[in-house]
Amino acid sequence: MSKLLNTASRWAETPLRLLFVTCVAYPVVWLWLGIHVRHRERLPTRGPAIIAANHNSHLDILALLSLFPLLRIPGVQPAAAADYFCQNRWLKWFSLHVIGIIPVVRGSLHLCPDGPDPLADCYRALEAGKVLVIFPEGTRGAPEEMAELKAGIWHLARRFPQVPVIPVYLHGLGKAMPRGTLIPVPFYVKVAVGQPLHGCADKLDFLHHLREQLTWLQHKVHTPALADD
Amino acid sequence: MNDVLSYAFGGIVGLLLTASGVLAGLMRARPGRNFRELKLRIQTWWWLAGLLFLALGINRTVAVVVLGLLSFMAFKEFISLIPTRPIDNGALLLAYLAIPVQYLWVGRGWYGMFIIFIPVYVFLLLPLRMVIAGETKGFLRAAGTIHWGLMTTVFSLSHLAYLLVLPAHTGAHGPVRGEMLVFFLLVLTQLNDVAQFLWGKWLGRHKAAPTVSPNKTVEGLLGGVATTTLLAWLLAPWFTPLSPLHAVLAGVLISTFGFTGDVVISAIKRDIGVKDSGSLLPGHGGILDRLDSLTYTAPLFFHFLYYFYY
Repeated sequence: MSKLLNTASRWAETPLRLLFVTCVAYPVVWLWLGIHVRHRERLPTRGPAIIAANHNSHLDILALLSLFPLLRIPGVQPAAAADYFCQNRWLKWFSLHVIGIIPVVRGSLHLCPDGPDPLADCYRALEAGKVLVIFPEGTRGAPEEMAELKAGIWHLARRFPQVPVIPVYLHGLGKAMPRGTLIPVPFYVKVAVGQPLHGCADKLDFLHHLREQLTWLQHKVHTPALADD
Repeated sequence: MNDVLSYAFGGIVGLLLTASGVLAGLMRARPGRNFRELKLRIQTWWWLAGLLFLALGINRTVAVVVLGLLSFMAFKEFISLIPTRPIDNGALLLAYLAIPVQYLWVGRGWYGMFIIFIPVYVFLLLPLRMVIAGETKGFLRAAGTIHWGLMTTVFSLSHLAYLLVLPAHTGAHGPVRGEMLVFFLLVLTQLNDVAQFLWGKWLGRHKAAPTVSPNKTVEGLLGGVATTTLLAWLLAPWFTPLSPLHAVLAGVLISTFGFTGDVVISAIKRDIGVKDSGSLLPGHGGILDRLDSLTYTAPLFFHFLYYFYY
C-alpha cells in the first residue's frame, strides 16, 4: 500500500514542481525582483553536476531554479537541511514534493560517525545524472556575508571526481528577503557563474579554492568601480 | 491610433533605419574598430520604439499601466543601487505600494490627489513606518534616499502618464490627444540626449560639468538646445496646442532641463561609485540611464503646458 502511495506521489511530483517553478519561481525572480546573470552559458545543461552557491535567503533556491529552462527542472535538485525543511509534516511535504529538495541531516557525520551517510541521497541523485544544488555554507547566516564553507561539498566532489562543481555567486537576495522575513522586497539580483572545479584529495585545498572562486565572483557582481571616462 | 501619430511612428522607424544604415556603413568602412556598444544601443532603441508603439497604440489604460511598470522598474533600480538598511524593508514595501496607487489617481484623472499624494501623504507617512521599525542610526539618510527615489522615479515620471488623461484640446492642425503630448515630450527629450552627444563629439571643447560628467560639453549642450528648440517649433503645431512662442520656450525648457536631469543622475551614480545604473538595456546601461532626463523634463513640461493651456 505504502509502495503504491510512494509511486503515486512520485508521479505527482514532476507536475507540481513544474507548476511551482512556472507560477512562483519564474514570476518572483524575473518580474518581481529582476535578475541579471553573468556567464549563464557556464551553467550545465545536463547532469551530473554540482552547483555550489552562497546562501543568504530562502529566495536563493527560487533564483537558482529560475536559471534553468522548465524542461530541465526535473533534473535539478537542491540539497537542503533536514532539520529545517522537515520540521513539520506540511513543510516536509512541500519541500520534498513541490520544491524537490534532497534532505541532508546537518552535522550528523560528527554526531555519529558510524551512522548512515547523510549524503547518501545526494550520491544517488548524482548517479542518476541530476544537477545537484548545494549551499556549502550550510546556513543562510548574516545578510550578504559569506560564512565558512562546510566539508560536505568536498565529500561529494571527491567521491565523484568527474562531476564538475560550478561555483555560483548570488547578490541581492539577502537584501530582498533576509532570514526572518516572509515578503520579498523588490531588489535587482545579480548572479555570476564561475568556471567548473573538480574534486581533489585535499579537503582544505579544495574548500580554499572554492571559496576563492566565490570571492572572485562576488567582486565581479558588486557594483563595478567607476571607469574614468 | 490617429493619422499624426501614425506618421510620427513612421518617422521614428525612418530615423532608426537611418541609424542602423549608418552603423552598417561604419562597420564596413572601418572593420578594425569595435562597434559592439553602438550596435547594442541601436538594437535597444528598436525595442524601446516598439514598446512605445504598443503602449500608445492600444489604449489609454495599457499606456498608463506600461508607464506605471516603468516607474516600478526605475524605482527598483534606484533602490538596488543605493545602500539600504535591512530594517527599512517594510517601509520600502510601502513605498512600492505607492506606485500603483499614484498611477491609479492618474488613471482616474484625479488631479488634486495625483499632485499631493507622494509629496504630502507618502513623504509624511514613510518616516512613521520607519519609526515603528525603531532604528535611528542612519534614519535621515534612509528617509532622504527613499524620498528622493520616489520623487524622481515615481512622482516625476507619473507626469508623463498624466499627459495622457488631459482633456482633448485643439492644436493648429486639429485635435490634440494625450498620446500626442507624450510622444512630443519623449521624442524631444530622447533626441535632445542624442543631439547633445553628437554636437559634443563634433565640436566639444569645454567641459560643462567636469567633476560630475566629464563627457558633457558646453558646445554639446548649446548644440542640443538649438536642435531641440528648432524641432519643438517644427513639431508643436502637429502634436500640441502650443503657440509658436510657447513652443520655442518648451524646446528651451526640455533641452536645458533634459541636460540637468542627466547630470543630476550622473552625480548620484558618481556618488555611489557606479558607471551605469543597471544592466536592463543593453548598450545603454540601466533603465535610469535612459530615463534620467525625463525625471526633469516630464514634470517641468507638464506644468508649463498645464499652466498655459488647461
